Amino acid sequence: MYQGIRISGFGGQGVISAGILLAQAGLLENKNVSWFPAYGAEMRGGTANCSVVIASEEVSSPVVSRPDTVIVMNEPSLAKFEPLVKPGGLLIINSSLVNSKPKRTDIKVAYVPCNKIAEEIGTTKIANMVALGAYAGLTGALSVDTIAKALGKVFKRAKPEMLELNVKALKKGAETKI
Amino acid sequence: MGEKILMKGNEALAEGAVLAGCRFFSGYPITPQNEVPEYMSWRLPEAGGTFIQAESEVSAINMIYGAAATGIRTMTSSSSPGISLKQEGISYCAGADLPIFFANVVRGGPGLGNIAASQGDYNQSVKGGGHGDYHTIVLAPNSVDEMGNFPKKCYELAEKYRMPSMILADGILGQMMEPVEFKFQPVDPKSLKKPEWSLGSAEGRKKRIVRSYDLREGELEKLNWIRAKKFKEIEDKEVLFEEKNINDAQLVLVAYGTSSRIAAAAMKMARDKGMKVGLFRPITLWPFPKKQLAKMAQRVKNFLVVEMSQGQFVDDVRLAINGTAEIDLYARPSGIPNGEEVFAVVDKLYQSIKPAIAAKKAEKSKPAKKAKAPKKAKPTKKLKPVKKFQPVKKKTTKIKTAKKSTKKGGRR
Amino acid sequence: MELVNKKPSSLVDIKMHYCPGCGHGIVHRLIAEVMDELGIRERTVGVAPVGCAVFSDDYFNCDMIQGPHGRGPAIATGIKRSQPGCIVFSYQGDGDLASIGMAETVHSAARSENISIIFINNAIYGMTGGQMAPTTLIGQPATTCPKGRDPKVNGYPIKVCELLSQLDGARFLERTSVSTAQGVIKTKKAIKKAFQNQIEGKGFSLVEILSMCPTNWGVTPLQGLKFVDEKMMPLYPLGVFRSPEQEGGQK
Repeated sequence: MYQGIRISGFGGQGVISAGILLAQAGLLENKNVSWFPAYGAEMRGGTANCSVVIASEEVSSPVVSRPDTVIVMNEPSLAKFEPLVKPGGLLIINSSLVNSKPKRTDIKVAYVPCNKIAEEIGTTKIANMVALGAYAGLTGALSVDTIAKALGKVFKRAKPEMLELNVKALKKGAETKI
Repeated sequence: MGEKILMKGNEALAEGAVLAGCRFFSGYPITPQNEVPEYMSWRLPEAGGTFIQAESEVSAINMIYGAAATGIRTMTSSSSPGISLKQEGISYCAGADLPIFFANVVRGGPGLGNIAASQGDYNQSVKGGGHGDYHTIVLAPNSVDEMGNFPKKCYELAEKYRMPSMILADGILGQMMEPVEFKFQPVDPKSLKKPEWSLGSAEGRKKRIVRSYDLREGELEKLNWIRAKKFKEIEDKEVLFEEKNINDAQLVLVAYGTSSRIAAAAMKMARDKGMKVGLFRPITLWPFPKKQLAKMAQRVKNFLVVEMSQGQFVDDVRLAINGTAEIDLYARPSGIPNGEEVFAVVDKLYQSIKPAIAAKKAEKSKPAKKAKAPKKAKPTKKLKPVKKFQPVKKKTTKIKTAKKSTKKGGRR
Repeated sequence: MELVNKKPSSLVDIKMHYCPGCGHGIVHRLIAEVMDELGIRERTVGVAPVGCAVFSDDYFNCDMIQGPHGRGPAIATGIKRSQPGCIVFSYQGDGDLASIGMAETVHSAARSENISIIFINNAIYGMTGGQMAPTTLIGQPATTCPKGRDPKVNGYPIKVCELLSQLDGARFLERTSVSTAQGVIKTKKAIKKAFQNQIEGKGFSLVEILSMCPTNWGVTPLQGLKFVDEKMMPLYPLGVFRSPEQEGGQK
């Protein structure tokens, strides 16, 4: 099993922490994992993105250049990352903020209104969790329960209420169907 | 011990140093190693140690010089331009035979370069660094796990041989997160014996001097010969390397650090397609695994070096193999290659050497042609005398390889 | 016969290499006497500079470390912070402290490192052969300004005590001279104060000592003494610039 993932969005949309969460969840399932951020100048103000690898074999490169799955949380990310998805791969689009449609026909596309769903649950801060839920549900690469467990490990100082909302968002996202 | 923790490389590096007994850190902010001083700023006081944000890298390394002279485990870290600034101090530590440990989380260069990963500081690291006639023990991790476990090794080697040791990482290794398992018991600094040269608390003993100069006639040369002997011993005893799929390999990729992982990805793709490709990764860049590569080159006739620099690392591979095999280079100077592009190079190269491999095989399987075999093998035999008596010929071969490499490798 | 004076035990009994009329030997002795009197020799670590006093690591009978040009305060910081029980002093000249090592000087003062710095100001580079120092006087010739220091070309001399007195971390700053017997006595007092401050944990102390370099000034030892009094003192007035007692106070 090998899953290379890129998550991209505006700084503040939680794409970096969503990536860490995936990696942590993969570790909890005894997989080999890596997480790598686009760091530095890119990080300040503009778009943020990170690479995550979850694999049963050794992780070779932590920089995922041909992702199996791409999660785009904002408009600019679609243009940047759509071309990278492996043929047959999965593109998860936050349709609350992304209006354009992907041009490629050789990939699976899931439209998830992450912000809308998150808002219905309580706060748009957890839009990233909706996307992760969708990822877990659509690929089966990780269980929602494991990601929920990883939440406690990654956000050690988070309030229990907040964690609960995150889990709700994950579960709601996991209901996504293509 | 035992638990796998998800950590950033820079943090694993810092934690690994603290667990290995480091109780003094001084450094200066520079991307992409900022997590090291940030981590140390709270972790060291917690462990009863000292953290100082120095006014410059120059000052930071000199604080290390002072602190290390009192016989404790210290650390400083930086990234390329900052390491350049530290080199004077590192040279002084080498000249004063002080065991120090530092890390370079390499970024793009020269100059301010960029903050992405690079391997452009290879020569600076393995060929000395600062002024004068010395070496630094250089360990090149290729995972966060090794970032966390190598500091201890660095301290032990530095102390055993009384010299600087370093970790040569890069922006990717520093910034990425991976599980790390600290595979050693935390070192209690109090359990470490105070060295016989350490300064401070001179009760009941003669004064000690830590210095890097000797102006007496002929004395510095004597000292440098002692060091040369020590360096030789290190080259004999302390080489570390990793091999993958070497046994049947017809083509061996040679890479260290981050590029060794990318090379590993390319190797895997090649293996999946039935190509006999292996990987050789030096873990100590100085001492360089010369003998191991030379031995391998008796059998393997094609090597492909992958490095994130213009062709620095390849020079050491060439020196080790010494003209006994073909060496190609895939270079990305301050660029980050991916597995697919390296595989494309591997694929092309492998197809070009295939006829030769097939011919060799055919020879072996035909017992009747036994008589011919020694003839074919002659060049290899010939090479031994050539080594000594025809250096000119050897050089031309080398240049040829280099030219070929530029065509194949370099993007720019 | 009664022994009325002897070499301090904090000095190694060997011949120093300093030139006739040089001030280094005097200051070395004063530091050694202070170490003896305070009984701190065995826990003192001295930092020797680059320059004429590089060999002071042989002369002081305490643990010594010799470091890169200008980095004394950083080295002293490393030693003091990792061995707070040690008494650490850095011995530096003007090129070392006020030129190449200005950042280390200013920042160790800003951090109020609990160290003592003995700063020899003789307005010239000694070891390298009489080049212009940051403290070289206007009009004073040096091998890199043979016609005399010209402010238009070489800028102005740096007054270290005055400069550092702006820093809250600089707890004790005093300028003295060793050009007269009285000055020598005052200098010893100031050095003692700098060490005592450290023992009491009061923070950064620096004593700037106006000293002679007849060789590179191209004068006789006697004229050297006069040069300090007549040429240097008007620009570099003696006195206490900061002391822990008059917190924040400037003379």
